Amino acid sequence: MILPDDAPTLLMDNVQYRWPGQASFGLHVPNLTLAPAETVLLLGESGSGKSTLLSLICGTVQPQSGRVSVAGTDIAEMSAGKRDRFRAEQIGLIFQQFNLLPYASVQDNILLPLQFAPQRRDRVASLTDEVTRLCQNLGLPKDVMTERAGTLSVGQQQRVAAARALIGTPPLIIADEPTSSLDAATQATFLELLFAQSQTHGTTLLMVSHDARLSTQFDRVIQMADIAQTTRDDA
Amino acid sequence: MIFRLAMGSLFARALTVGMTILAIALSVALFLGVEKVRTGAKASFADTISGTDLIVGARSGSVQLLLYSVFRIGNATNNLTWESYRDIAARPQVDWIVPISLGDSHREFRVMGTTPAFFDRYKYRSRQSLSVRDGAIMSDLFDTVIGADVAATLGYSVGDPIVVSHGLASFSDHKDQPFRVSGILKKTGTPVDRTVIVSLEAIEAIHVDWKSGAKIPGQSTPADVIRQMDLKPKAVTAALVGVKSRLQIFTLQRSINDYTQEHLLAILPGVALQELWQIVGIAETALIAVSGMVIITALIGMMATIFSSLNERRREMAIFRAMGARPRVILGMLVLEATLMAAIGAILGLVLLYVGLFFAQPLVDKAFGLWLPITPPTLHEAWVLCGVIIAGAIVSMVPALRAYRMSLADGMMVRI
Repeated sequence: MILPDDAPTLLMDNVQYRWPGQASFGLHVPNLTLAPAETVLLLGESGSGKSTLLSLICGTVQPQSGRVSVAGTDIAEMSAGKRDRFRAEQIGLIFQQFNLLPYASVQDNILLPLQFAPQRRDRVASLTDEVTRLCQNLGLPKDVMTERAGTLSVGQQQRVAAARALIGTPPLIIADEPTSSLDAATQATFLELLFAQSQTHGTTLLMVSHDARLSTQFDRVIQMADIAQTTRDDA
Repeated sequence: MIFRLAMGSLFARALTVGMTILAIALSVALFLGVEKVRTGAKASFADTISGTDLIVGARSGSVQLLLYSVFRIGNATNNLTWESYRDIAARPQVDWIVPISLGDSHREFRVMGTTPAFFDRYKYRSRQSLSVRDGAIMSDLFDTVIGADVAATLGYSVGDPIVVSHGLASFSDHKDQPFRVSGILKKTGTPVDRTVIVSLEAIEAIHVDWKSGAKIPGQSTPADVIRQMDLKPKAVTAALVGVKSRLQIFTLQRSINDYTQEHLLAILPGVALQELWQIVGIAETALIAVSGMVIITALIGMMATIFSSLNERRREMAIFRAMGARPRVILGMLVLEATLMAAIGAILGLVLLYVGLFFAQPLVDKAFGLWLPITPPTLHEAWVLCGVIIAGAIVSMVPALRAYRMSLADGMMVRI
């Protein structure tokens, strides 16, 4: 396990968030730190604030107080436009399902984040070669690149989503229950591939799941209840 | 790549997008079609008479005189006496003069009495002269030359007999004096195509046994006897006049309008046409406005289509946002998609217009005598297409701004 000796990939410090229109409800994250190349499994029940936590990390919602720092940069101090670009540069995202643009080709889906992240794009010498390499490493068929994403199986779509998150080697990958729609065999292969890629490029992986059985495969397992509290003011 | 994705998104919704594009295309084709018919009708009217400086008839309205003398629409309120005609013909400013005598008909076509000079002096479309397709112009008193549409509609050929009816839509025929088709004119795209032309004397000849608009009972003068008679007309309906110098047009016009022996009217064909356009201008404007509204309706339909697709596309927008796209990129994509739809619709509309013109041209010509030219798109039409595309982009801003706000609110976490 790699301990967070250096500058952490993610640091959340005393973050307070209140949902718009529901001022009495809030989420409080006293501290969450992820080290470079660390793989972390975040377990939590539905309604425990996981999605809000991910939105805070990605900068699509803003905390009322506290600090959210990704790769050493406090995203709260950025303008909305800079946050969007920063997200594209620094974070690779994999959703639970319906992850891809179904009408676009596999290659276009994988290259999509690079449209909004010029520095990440500069890290890729040859776009086509990199897409091919990622597809091969993730076990996708060779001729899949020109296929429309909507024609692929669910398992293949999740691998394409993983390739899209990995391209340009962002320092942080967030995966929101990426294996929930996969069968057990595909789930294991998918995680294996994701870990291998993460290890190769020193990428930090934060994966959200309900499934505690995955715990053994990660460097660290944290419970949502241990790092964050949902608050309710009676006033 | 964004353009490619926008195209991909449109293809993914091919049916609704296709219907929207078709609606825009049909509205654009309608708008441009109305414009083509309008300008075609104007050009066709303007081309009907060329090289005639003045039209003279009994005093009425200038538009009325133009319509009945040239376009065979409506009737004369009075005639021009032969003496007045001779007097005008003798004026020093007059280079040539051709009389026209209208009133009778053959089936649904007007019969026009005139002199052989009509075939030399009548010009249409850039000073083209009439030419005979089959046969020859009249050489006998009871010869007739028919227009191309008369021949085509009634299936006449040279040598066929024709019986002229008295007046218009009448059951009284001049059957005692039948005519023979001596010639068929080439198609001109003017009312001449729908005219039966006889000599001025022939008009007198067929009315020898008539008095006060009715046939004299029991009287039937043989054709040979008629040929020996003095058939000088007492009056004509109108006269086409050419002047020696264009500088003299207004002098001659004023002198005819001030003619004391008879109330006459001399008009300049171009000026009378302008008056006609002013009269029909309101209807023209209304027609353009209606077809413009059809375009606006189609664009609003496109806006409604985009609106209705927003909810089902929230996931797509969330993916873009998650990948780092700013809300304004989402806005831009929707405007780009709408602009593409409007552009494809506009171009397809232009194609539909030309396909429609190709098929409608002979039908409209046959039905209305209106020749709609198939010419390359004009600058005006190019501006109309640009206007539709720009309007499409502007209209799409409404749903695009909603998508912008939705993508701000949704961020990247949409559960559908």
